[in-house]
Amino acid sequence: MIQVRKLVKRFGLKTVLNGLNFQVGEGEFVALLGPNGAGKTTFLRILASLSRPSLGDLYVAGYRLPDQAAAVRRRLGVVSHLPLLYGDLTAEENLIFYARMYGMSSAGRRIQEVLELVGLAARRRDLVRTFSRGMQQRLAIGRAVLHDPDVMLFDEPHTGLDQDACIMLDTVLREVAARGRTVVMTSHDLARVAGLASRYDVLSRGKIAASVQSSEIEPDQLLAFYRRSLGS
Amino acid sequence: MDKPIVRNEVSAFSSIRSFSSAVWAVVWKDLSAELRSRELISAMLVFALLVILIFNFALELDAKTRGTVTAGVLWVTFAFAGTLGLNRSMAMEKDRGCLDGLLLTPVDRSAIYFGKAIGNLFFMLLVEAIVLPVYSVLYSTNLFKPGLLLVILLGSIGYVAVGTLLSAMAVQTRTRDILLPILLFPLVVPVMIAAVKSSSAFLEGGAMADIWPWLNLLIVYDVIFTAVAFMVFDYVVEE
Repeated sequence: MIQVRKLVKRFGLKTVLNGLNFQVGEGEFVALLGPNGAGKTTFLRILASLSRPSLGDLYVAGYRLPDQAAAVRRRLGVVSHLPLLYGDLTAEENLIFYARMYGMSSAGRRIQEVLELVGLAARRRDLVRTFSRGMQQRLAIGRAVLHDPDVMLFDEPHTGLDQDACIMLDTVLREVAARGRTVVMTSHDLARVAGLASRYDVLSRGKIAASVQSSEIEPDQLLAFYRRSLGS
Repeated sequence: MDKPIVRNEVSAFSSIRSFSSAVWAVVWKDLSAELRSRELISAMLVFALLVILIFNFALELDAKTRGTVTAGVLWVTFAFAGTLGLNRSMAMEKDRGCLDGLLLTPVDRSAIYFGKAIGNLFFMLLVEAIVLPVYSVLYSTNLFKPGLLLVILLGSIGYVAVGTLLSAMAVQTRTRDILLPILLFPLVVPVMIAAVKSSSAFLEGGAMADIWPWLNLLIVYDVIFTAVAFMVFDYVVEE
């Protein structure tokens, strides 16, 4: 579903991604781990077509980036630590707006389904700026799955959430993954991703330094694996 | 690694219908959000009214002199109030990452530009519609002349066409509030000159033969900069 070969991204003289290779099969849930500044967000922004690669071949859902970016965006849902929602619109209005932008006609029923999925059906007519951070993040997931994408990208989705909100977000993440979507999630919080993903990749110095299937490692061994991968 | 299958797709979003649907979705979103917050309009309006009030006290003018400075005072007011609106309109997209949300949708990015530009134009015209009668009362001048209203419309289109593009550029920087006027004002000099000259001529009852060159300049500027913005917006908003 995602294939990346020899990806290079430079900002001026600084090389952030240095010949990165990465592959994700259909229905896989990959946790992309790495310290701050490893290039996780940059990599996800390139996959989301928000940033152009300096070099390399990228294919998402069978489409080449950046040439077929519009086709990729139609099959992609992105959740970041920012909600990407308008505070002065209600939850429902935000989803109506994004449904129009995705060219979804008569999206009323789908919006209702999504609001129920993220547990916000009762708050549909409330302004988003009155929502807690956790509720905004749940609605952000609703926005991202609204057009039923094949691939989901999560960039540090737990940032700024309290414990209860994190648990609720994990439940929604599991539901999203259980529906057969391909998921890539970046995080530097190992405890949070342990048990969620089907594969763990460690990004270091602009490359994938190590990769392991969740079936091959116990959750309590993840920290040791991560440290070994970073060479610390 | 197997070579991935590259699909070729005929995009429904390339059709004019989808394009206009995306444009109006952005306009609807901006108007709905502003209807609730009234942040943008109130800031522009208060600023514009204060400017004409200050000019009213600062310039103690006789009726004849008043006619000659009216066009300048009006366009200075519109330009500065317009900058406030342009900055706020794009900052709203940036603050919660909404600009990324817009760029992640599969629409042609120039549809986002046109949506934002139409919204900005609406807000600017609304402020102008309120400022004009207030100015007429304060300065005892009749501003409701069809020719002048046409100039205001053309000048506002040119100002917003460039301003929306540059505000999308400025919003990516940390100094967005001061960067926009620095980028914008040199570029809108032709609009300002043409708008002031033609407004002044309409107010003083000048001959159409003298006014046409300025009107033509305004029309050409509007067409050229709208076309330029349409072509380059994609590059401006992408990293």
